[in-house]
Amino acid sequence: MNSLLFQLLQALLMVLLAPLVAGFLSTIKAHLQNRRGAGIMQPWRDIQKLFAKEVVLADHASWIFRFTPYIVFTATLMAASVVPALLVDTPLSLTADVIALVALLALARFFLSLAGMDIGTAFGGMGSSREMTFSALAEPAMLMSVLVLAIGAHSTNITTMITHTLTTPLLIQPSIAFALVAMLMIAVAETGRIPIDNPTTHLELTMIHEAMLLEYSGRHLALMEWASMVKLLLFTTLIIDLFMPWGIASEASLIGIVLALAIWLFKLMGLLIILAVFETSLAKLRLFEVPQYLGTAFVLSFLGLIIHYMLEVSV
Amino acid sequence: MVLSCLMGLSGLFAVIAGFTGLANGGGSIILPFGLPWLPMHLRLDALGSFFLLVIGALVLPVAIYSQGYLSHEKRLTPIAIFLPLFILGMMGVVLSDDAFTFMLFWELMSVSSYFLVTHEHQHPENRKAGFIYLLMAHMAGLLIMGSFATLYATSGSFEFSAMRDAQLSPLWASVAFLLAGFGFGTKAGVVPMHGWLPDAHPVAPSNVSALMSGIMLKVAIFGFIRITWDLMGSGDFQWWWGALVLAAGSSSAVSGVLMALQQHDLKRLLAYHSIENIGIILIGLGLAMLLAHFGHNTLAALGLIAALYHTINHALFKGLLFMGAGAVLHSTGSRNMEAMGGLIHRMPWTAAFFLVACISISALPPFNGFVSEWLTFQTALMAPQLGGALLTAIVPFSAAMLALAGALAATCFVKVFGVVFLGHARSDIASDAKEVDDWMLVGMAIPALCCLLLGVLPTVFIPILDHVPQLLLHTSLTSSSNGQAIDATQWLWLTPMNAAHASYSAPIILLGMLLLGGVAFWRLHPKGTIIRRSKMWSCGNPHTHARMQYNATSFSQPLRRIFAGLYQPDEHEHAERHQHALLTTRVKYVVHVGDMVVKHLYQPIGHVTLWIAKVIRHEHQRGIHAYLTYTFATVLLLLAVFV
Repeated sequence: MNSLLFQLLQALLMVLLAPLVAGFLSTIKAHLQNRRGAGIMQPWRDIQKLFAKEVVLADHASWIFRFTPYIVFTATLMAASVVPALLVDTPLSLTADVIALVALLALARFFLSLAGMDIGTAFGGMGSSREMTFSALAEPAMLMSVLVLAIGAHSTNITTMITHTLTTPLLIQPSIAFALVAMLMIAVAETGRIPIDNPTTHLELTMIHEAMLLEYSGRHLALMEWASMVKLLLFTTLIIDLFMPWGIASEASLIGIVLALAIWLFKLMGLLIILAVFETSLAKLRLFEVPQYLGTAFVLSFLGLIIHYMLEVSV
Repeated sequence: MVLSCLMGLSGLFAVIAGFTGLANGGGSIILPFGLPWLPMHLRLDALGSFFLLVIGALVLPVAIYSQGYLSHEKRLTPIAIFLPLFILGMMGVVLSDDAFTFMLFWELMSVSSYFLVTHEHQHPENRKAGFIYLLMAHMAGLLIMGSFATLYATSGSFEFSAMRDAQLSPLWASVAFLLAGFGFGTKAGVVPMHGWLPDAHPVAPSNVSALMSGIMLKVAIFGFIRITWDLMGSGDFQWWWGALVLAAGSSSAVSGVLMALQQHDLKRLLAYHSIENIGIILIGLGLAMLLAHFGHNTLAALGLIAALYHTINHALFKGLLFMGAGAVLHSTGSRNMEAMGGLIHRMPWTAAFFLVACISISALPPFNGFVSEWLTFQTALMAPQLGGALLTAIVPFSAAMLALAGALAATCFVKVFGVVFLGHARSDIASDAKEVDDWMLVGMAIPALCCLLLGVLPTVFIPILDHVPQLLLHTSLTSSSNGQAIDATQWLWLTPMNAAHASYSAPIILLGMLLLGGVAFWRLHPKGTIIRRSKMWSCGNPHTHARMQYNATSFSQPLRRIFAGLYQPDEHEHAERHQHALLTTRVKYVVHVGDMVVKHLYQPIGHVTLWIAKVIRHEHQRGIHAYLTYTFATVLLLLAVFV
């Protein structure tokens, strides 16, 4: 019961922290670009403002359009509550393994894309088409890179995978390096960051994710924006869990958890700073170069898998 | 009415028989007719029971649906004759216990479905589709007969029980496997033998398409399992059998969905998706065959269960999709997706059921498609190293192809649902559409409900399925003696092997989402206010037109460009500039994506056949003495060979 309560608290923490993470990222980017930035609380203020605003729906929006924000938000939330951030073994982490986690995010994306098609604007359809196309190419790469670790740990449960990494002696494993690079590339694509997509642009020729949100307003928009922030935090936490889980608490003691929180935040900030540096120094890719980018990620992760089978299993 | 009643009853009885057969082991019966020396042997074992259950589970809703769908049909007689024969054929195949009965029912199924495919024979393309179907179905029949002949040569009997006991030499076993694989593969629509499928399925009446795609392809899968797993047995498997099935499955899955993405005929698109899903089933089967060969029987049982689970899932959601497509066709009169749009407002129930099927086929939780694909993934993941580098690489690669196929299927069904049901009506036929009658809605509601149930409660259904690996592999996933297996008492968690390996709990996901979504909606939605409606944002341009929306062709344009090497699209652009060289008045873009396999495999074979016919055709016009010479030469040859 205690651990269940802790699980809920951890999920709540993820949800509440997500806007701060987005704010932190944009502040770092602002500093890198010699701007002052709006502060890390700005996404929170935006969400609060949107919740207070009135919702306007297009004339012939169907129930799909209306309920999609709730579906997207809850599916992302379910996914976030499964990922261990502070404590290795939480009861609900059995609900979904890595594959089910990916599928939950895919469910959110499915409805998001349907909502993009619902109004019947050219923008929405364009966003849906691009989002689904690129995510379809990203998904095998993501699974392959997760599989490298899963095959090593003989499990797709995140908890078991973390425990496996924690208990095996630290060796330089080339397969994991390949998987990590591929995973970082995919995470950038899946969360819609530069060089794949730009969350701050509304320029029709380049946008993917934002094109589907154009018709949303008020609390609907707030939920959508919030969900995409949770997704960013979710992917960073997943990368931390899979590739560098050291420091995560293995049992629910107060000191252990406070320590785990500090270490998690530290790793989180490190990853976000790296992301900010990349976003500042890279230009957005041309749309039809994205498949090559995703193809590279797939080949890298598959190489990782082959290397794992060839070099590491037989030992 | 009588037809639908009888069909529905037969479906109901098939479901009951399937369940009892799985639970109690069924029985066998020898009917006193057939050949003089070979009465018809019928037997209901776990494998047959499962497929009988699949058949019944779709025949029942389709029967209810047909009552509404056929109510305006003028030429009912051919359907009333051939539809029951078709169903009888399918049920007979899964019940038969000797090769002769099997082939008899098999041909009954193929031939009666030919008459259903060519039901609207006033259109020449339907006759052509029917002809190709008949041709390939008989080629398949010939190969299957060859496979049985090989088994007969060793066992000396047409009865399956004798074939089971006979010991085949590895060479003859491989011959029988290849003949069965190509024969049943043709009927199941495995790439590259799928040429007939995308032509034949769309032109049949939609209730027949639902049955053909939902269960006739599964009967071919049944035949394949029957010959390879049951009559030959997993002891005979050679390593390359599983690898071949796995490769065929992976290539069918990916190429099926890639071709589906480029279709804008709704039923043709669904037909290509059947190829994809047969591929997914074969991935599971191939993995199971590989694992069984290397002696990992528990894992092989898991792969087999994954394949069977996908079999019933695909029967349900593909049947539902074809019924939904039939409802759309019924109320708009068109299969062309580019003419649809906004049907969710005019056909709300059809849209809801269709959406359930779309989510299921896209392998998204908490519906059933996800469960079977998840089990397939787990089988691939848990496969230990199987000798040789090629085999080691092919297993994870097939898992990657499965992921790609699943994600592309989601893309395709966003396109289907988005273009057909969402947005504005693109033509008058779409804006005048009416919801279909209650019969058709009930027919669609049943499989939609089953999709949800099979998705949320897999732990209830898998122990029932488990009788099939018990029969074929003598391994059970649910028995307590086998420590590392699915625990039937833990209905909340689906855990192949054990919970530390992998687990998935659909009830918790569904409940959690309902709870969270409900709370969010209740907290955020202000009571008693109506949401303000306004015009959509059009960048300040007051003149918007329904044809400005993204349509099926534009939705799949990025993929057409990315996979241009595979598609080799035939694109034409034409801009009209009447008044001035710089003033474009009208732009026309035409694209055609043909099936590469048909173009590069079928057409050359057709050309060669025609060429041979042309070369020897003058032989037909000889006088009577030439024919007598041929007859004499043939008799001499036969005498020389056999005497």
